[in-house]
Amino acid sequence: MTMPRTPKPSRLAGMNGRAALIAATIGVAAAALPLVLSNYQVGLATEVLIFGILAMSIDILAGFAGRTSLGHGAIFGVSTYVVVYATAHAGVPPAAAFAAGVLAATLVAAIFGLLAVRTSGVYFLLLTLALGMIVWGICLRWTQVTGGENGMRGDVRPALLLTNTAFYWAVLAGAAVVTFAMWRFVRSPFGLTLRGIRDSESRMRSLGYNVPLHLFIGFTVSAFFAGVAGAMYAMFNNFVSPSTVALAQSVEGVLMMIAGGVGTLFGAFVGAAAIIALENVVSAYTERWQMVLGITFILIMIFAPEGIIGKLRAILTRKVR
Amino acid sequence: MSEPILTLTDAVVAFDALRAVDGVSLTVPRGQRRAIIGPNGAGKTTLFNAIAGMVPPSSGRIMFDGHDITKLPPHRRAQLGISRTFQITNLFPTLSVQDNMVLALRGLSPRKFSLFGRPDTDSVEAPRIAAALGAARIAKRADVTVKELSYGEQRQLEIALSLVTTPTMLLLDEPAAGLSPSERSMVAEIIRSLDRDITVVLIEHDMDLALGLVDFVTCMFEGRILVEEAPEGIRRNHKVQEVYLGKPRHA
Repeated sequence: MTMPRTPKPSRLAGMNGRAALIAATIGVAAAALPLVLSNYQVGLATEVLIFGILAMSIDILAGFAGRTSLGHGAIFGVSTYVVVYATAHAGVPPAAAFAAGVLAATLVAAIFGLLAVRTSGVYFLLLTLALGMIVWGICLRWTQVTGGENGMRGDVRPALLLTNTAFYWAVLAGAAVVTFAMWRFVRSPFGLTLRGIRDSESRMRSLGYNVPLHLFIGFTVSAFFAGVAGAMYAMFNNFVSPSTVALAQSVEGVLMMIAGGVGTLFGAFVGAAAIIALENVVSAYTERWQMVLGITFILIMIFAPEGIIGKLRAILTRKVR
Repeated sequence: MSEPILTLTDAVVAFDALRAVDGVSLTVPRGQRRAIIGPNGAGKTTLFNAIAGMVPPSSGRIMFDGHDITKLPPHRRAQLGISRTFQITNLFPTLSVQDNMVLALRGLSPRKFSLFGRPDTDSVEAPRIAAALGAARIAKRADVTVKELSYGEQRQLEIALSLVTTPTMLLLDEPAAGLSPSERSMVAEIIRSLDRDITVVLIEHDMDLALGLVDFVTCMFEGRILVEEAPEGIRRNHKVQEVYLGKPRHA
């Protein structure tokens, strides 16, 4: 006999009781962080949240639709550029600039998506990489608007959020909303279609799915979230330069996602924390911190190819059995 | 004879110089059970792919249920009521049996575009999934991940996936391929107990299995139709025996 699955009785916005409790605990702990951290460390924690969102947006595609994007750093950076330009040069209020940044990132990604969704595997990787390079080239060369190599400075952060702690709390609240939205997205009926495409495109087509359309929607939604992260970064940094849209940015996002665990979604924050902590701690001791980062990656790939969260999950389920 | 549901007119599928399907004209009446048999390389699976839309025909015309589907992509044909199984098992290996069924069912419903909605099946979906799993005799395994199913169970799920949308026409591509004798007879039983309203077109290598299941048989050879006859006639047909067994040597 099959039991038709019925929703469990105690549910909060689709979460069961235990998941809601864990989420609340993590939220409260994260909110209390500024009480124990130095001002500088609060800045780092803010950076972790912002890059965690970027890594999560990449995980939507990589972990669920099976398509790893090397263009999300550029999409993130488009949002950063638009927010800084709008506030510093066009006099747009911060909230409107934020919305314009996210919108611009989503539109650019929609164009990327039209081209990229017909490819998969290494071709998807290369195509998104190339599209990202175009954005980088424009930001570098269109000097009148972007400031070229010098970048652009602007007081983007709204007056209310000027202190590091206030800004951290604002980003934390934003990250909580965005994380919840992404969690709902990957579990939704649409999210299931992305996993179906990852497993078998030909079966999906013969079941009546327009596969490129689903990938296009998935790509655009993922880019929207990358755009949110980029707009937050503009307010965090009050500065943007071509390095924000460079390939290294995309790669860093992908590495954070992989370190946390592909397809785990929340692993993105763990991966972001690990990499940002390493960068800052190790660079205090040696100039060759990138080498240490590289070695760390090799170790993760050898001993925990499923990522930090993926590994923990595997250990926990083994114990339960 | 009832009205035709599927009509192929002079269909050709060519891969460069190779004409895998070479001018096939075929008519299947609504509700018929039709087998397409023939030796390896006769073009059976290519013909299937032309009907399902995986490989559009190079020339000729395909009509289904009053629509010209010659150039439609597979997902549009599925929306018209064509459902298929695959000769080489083609499932969603990392998902549960239940999620496989949900995907199959929602392929034709707007709920597939629910971006932030609840994942659970509703009161219309759940019974349909249970019915299709029951028809394919695999209801007990709903919560198992597909890659952990036995090969036989995966073949049963192949059929369940194609049934859950209640298609107008079901294309079964060697549904019993690679199964043990007892599993084969179970698959035969599943096919036999299908709703008589569904038109079934079946490719099968095993002649005994195929002939026991269908009303009419098309035998293909080298991309063309060799013989079309009822099962009893096929058994005695010399041409069919020749392509399967080779020409008898004259003493």
